Amino acid sequence: MFFDRLIKFFASLRLTVVCLALGMVLIFAGTLAQVPMGLYKAQNEFFRSFVVFWQPEHFAWKIPVLPGGYLLGGLLLINLIAAHAERFSFSRKKAGIWMIHSGLILLLLGQLLTDMLAQESQLHLRVGDARNYSESDREFELAITDVTDKDADKVVAIPEHLLLRQQDINNSQLPFTLKVDKFYLNSAVTNQPAAGYEASGATAGFGTTGVWLKSLPRETVMELRDLPSGIVEVVSPAGSTGKFMISAYFGEAQPFTVAGRKYTMMLRMERFYKPYSLRLQEFKHDVYKGTDVPKNFSSRLVLDRPATGEHREVLIYMNNPLRYDGETYYQASFDPDDGGTVLQVVHNPSWVTPYLACLLVGAGLIVQFLSHLIPFLKRKQSL
Amino acid sequence: MKKWIPWLVVILLAGWLASTLQQPAETGFQTREFGKLPVLLNGRIQPFDSVARNSLLQLRTRQSLDDMTADQWLVEVMMKPDDADKRPIFRIDNLELLNLLGLPDKQKYFSLNDIRPHLDDIEKQADRIDKIESASRSAFERQLMKLYNGTALYQRLKITLCPPDSHNMAVELAEYQKLIPDGIAAVRAKEANKKYDENTLNEFLGYLSEFDNMTRFAYPLVVPPLQNAKSKDDWQTIGANLMALSRGGDLSVPVQSYITMVTAYQNNDPETFNQTVKDYRQWVGQWYGAETNKGIKEAFYNYFQAFYKAIILYILAFLLAAGALLTFAISPKLSEIFRRTALYIIILTALLHTFAIGFRMVLEGRPPVTNLYSSAIFIGWGCVVLGIMLERVFAVGLGSAVASFAGFVTLVIAQNLAIDGDTMEMMRAVLDTNFWLATHVVVVTLGYASTFMAGFLAITYILLGLFTPLLRQKVGALELGKVLTKMVYAIVCFATLFSFVGTVLGGIWADQSWGRFWGWDPKENGALLIVIWNAIILHARWGGLVRDRGIMLLAVFGDIVTSFSWFGVNMLGIGLHSYGFMDAAFNWLMMFIGTQVTIIILGLLPLTLWMSFKPKSQPAPVIPPGTVPVK
Repeated sequence: MFFDRLIKFFASLRLTVVCLALGMVLIFAGTLAQVPMGLYKAQNEFFRSFVVFWQPEHFAWKIPVLPGGYLLGGLLLINLIAAHAERFSFSRKKAGIWMIHSGLILLLLGQLLTDMLAQESQLHLRVGDARNYSESDREFELAITDVTDKDADKVVAIPEHLLLRQQDINNSQLPFTLKVDKFYLNSAVTNQPAAGYEASGATAGFGTTGVWLKSLPRETVMELRDLPSGIVEVVSPAGSTGKFMISAYFGEAQPFTVAGRKYTMMLRMERFYKPYSLRLQEFKHDVYKGTDVPKNFSSRLVLDRPATGEHREVLIYMNNPLRYDGETYYQASFDPDDGGTVLQVVHNPSWVTPYLACLLVGAGLIVQFLSHLIPFLKRKQSL
Repeated sequence: MKKWIPWLVVILLAGWLASTLQQPAETGFQTREFGKLPVLLNGRIQPFDSVARNSLLQLRTRQSLDDMTADQWLVEVMMKPDDADKRPIFRIDNLELLNLLGLPDKQKYFSLNDIRPHLDDIEKQADRIDKIESASRSAFERQLMKLYNGTALYQRLKITLCPPDSHNMAVELAEYQKLIPDGIAAVRAKEANKKYDENTLNEFLGYLSEFDNMTRFAYPLVVPPLQNAKSKDDWQTIGANLMALSRGGDLSVPVQSYITMVTAYQNNDPETFNQTVKDYRQWVGQWYGAETNKGIKEAFYNYFQAFYKAIILYILAFLLAAGALLTFAISPKLSEIFRRTALYIIILTALLHTFAIGFRMVLEGRPPVTNLYSSAIFIGWGCVVLGIMLERVFAVGLGSAVASFAGFVTLVIAQNLAIDGDTMEMMRAVLDTNFWLATHVVVVTLGYASTFMAGFLAITYILLGLFTPLLRQKVGALELGKVLTKMVYAIVCFATLFSFVGTVLGGIWADQSWGRFWGWDPKENGALLIVIWNAIILHARWGGLVRDRGIMLLAVFGDIVTSFSWFGVNMLGIGLHSYGFMDAAFNWLMMFIGTQVTIIILGLLPLTLWMSFKPKSQPAPVIPPGTVPVK
């Protein structure tokens, strides 16, 4: 009895309409919110969330004001499936509806998968440079490199979110423990004492003297990035090597030694290594004659894959990405002096779902409306 | 019924349109022929005529002056700038700015001579305002920047063909050429610290600096690349060629031709002017056939002003269609004559509309929608076609009324969007793809059009229902109210299809060019809002949550959603799709939303207040004496 009513509730058209209406409010609010908080943050708070909170200024509590994108998407998904289980029979007359709705289910699930599996990074190359890794656009990692052997570096990369826990970090590759004293996801660093800044407290490495830092709120402006800093202590069975300051503000790796082996540490953009490399041959920024309106951006690259001996030239330009080895490289940006290119690297295993979903829904809509329109027009003519 | 009346009207109108195809002959200086010559501006080949009209639109918000055409004006600006400086071409509406410049506030248009004493002030202010973000500028600051940019544009036009103080260019050129050997000798002597003639040097350098200014600031590039040039895009200025003379270069044919034209105009010699224009066009046509042809075609397109004529015809058709609706109950025969005439005019105008869109597409080499201007034109076209289809199915005049109204309004919006200048500008890199412009943009724009169409039909329902008894009028087997409901339902179905497919195609384009299908960008969100809103209307109807009136109210709200997606998101000034803040449009958008809200509120009035649904008057109930009336 209760179960029946529950199914009825979840299968009801009323729920559909309410969810869609709330969806509109959410999208509208989420669009307007992009002006003050930036696209990235608005996306996370409104669309990649279960509940949207509102925190008035000088107010300790967060008030839930709207269901978030995940909640509404999930409800609509349940609603759709329940409605089909409950109400729709599988008949020719309903074929259009089935196609539309299964396309929508595919679309929603595909987007959820994209949300969970897709990984975006960037590849910045100056003309002549070659790289076999792309870098995250936002996330940092602490790279600890064993440089004792001249021929082969061994790298252990510790992602930002592990540092943020501020716990001890052990790794079988490292003969020491890293104690994370402090870690700020966004920070400011200065070379003289200033209000709000604390002395770094580092006892070794770059940040021992004359460095002050403070925590900053996360960056919301689309074009700006967080710059993290922190203090880690290297502790081996023989004792502490010292407290090191790590910071995105440091441009190079700092060396240290533990038990006779030489290491370096550096807080850098998270890297994604590939079994191939890309070298930038040429970057072109064409404009329309007599204007500075861009006509095209293109990057001519050489792809090199030692394992297979693959060696070829590729050309990436606007609306023409390179799809290779499960990743897609897009022309995203360029250096102000036109001497380098920035490629967006997207790894998205479910990229094909929206294509299928679109076909399914589009065809379903046409079938459905034609199946109403044709008989209607026939009746009209016979009048 | 007098069947020939509608045909007669439409044949007369078609005759009028045909008669305007032929341009009347010109006497004196044939500036219109000059206007067809191809130049390069904004990265595209266009005729002088487009340069003239778009410049005037930017300066004066009109395509001509009271007593001269755009071509006549442009020729004067470029050949006799002193005379042109007296023409009132700068439009200033802002009182604060008029006061600052000490100009009379009863006038709207001013000449450069009126403004000249204050150019320094204007520049100083502009320097300051330039640092303020355009979104937060005041009305005064915006108008001042507009005037500042306008004067800059005007000054650039003035030095496109001849130096600023030229009065007989051929003579001045000969003097310059005669001076070259001595001038160069003087420069060399000075460099070698030898004796030189100061006067010769200064005069020579004076010429060069004028030509240098012409090279750097000429507005359109008028000299086509020579045959051995690297790229067909490599157009040059006249100044560059004149400078090159001093390095032993030759006077090129185009420069020679333009100098002859300028001199003829300065000497008031129309014959030579006209002949040179003709000869030059022939010469340039040999080498640049496609460009020359495009110039001629575009000048014709400008001259014909198809969209302006379409506005007039749509107004006429709307009045007739409204007449048909209003006389429907009184005199069905008269109503039918009105209705047919309206429909035929709309079909004629739709043909004109289609022809003009097609002409634009050929000129641009692009699908129909490339910017906000062309989206307005295309939305209008979509509405008109839908309206004609509706009229075919339900022959009551409703489809015609809404079609002509939508056609008229969208074309007026387009005319106002054109004030910014060139409407055929080149596409920025990411948009430079005919495939996606032809699919995503066209389909999503049809989605806008059909959602608007449903909204306009719903408005008709509410207004007719409130203020006339017509909704209960039988049309064939159905009441007019029911007919409208069926129309709106059908159009909402169309709108769902187009907006969904269009939105998803946009997602796929984004996936192709930026690597993500969906990024919650404002324009994407706007399109999604339309899809969801149409889906809500359909589901609310299927679920029995709304009936006829409810659907209408929802459909009117669809207008608000669509206008937000079409214009509103561009005003947020963020995201990949925003092309600048359009401040004036914001007020119009708010006004539009205001009217839609008003109509929704009207529609919410109890049905007993609707003239169409008022209960038939009944005799007042008789209350038996002694009983208490029931509350």
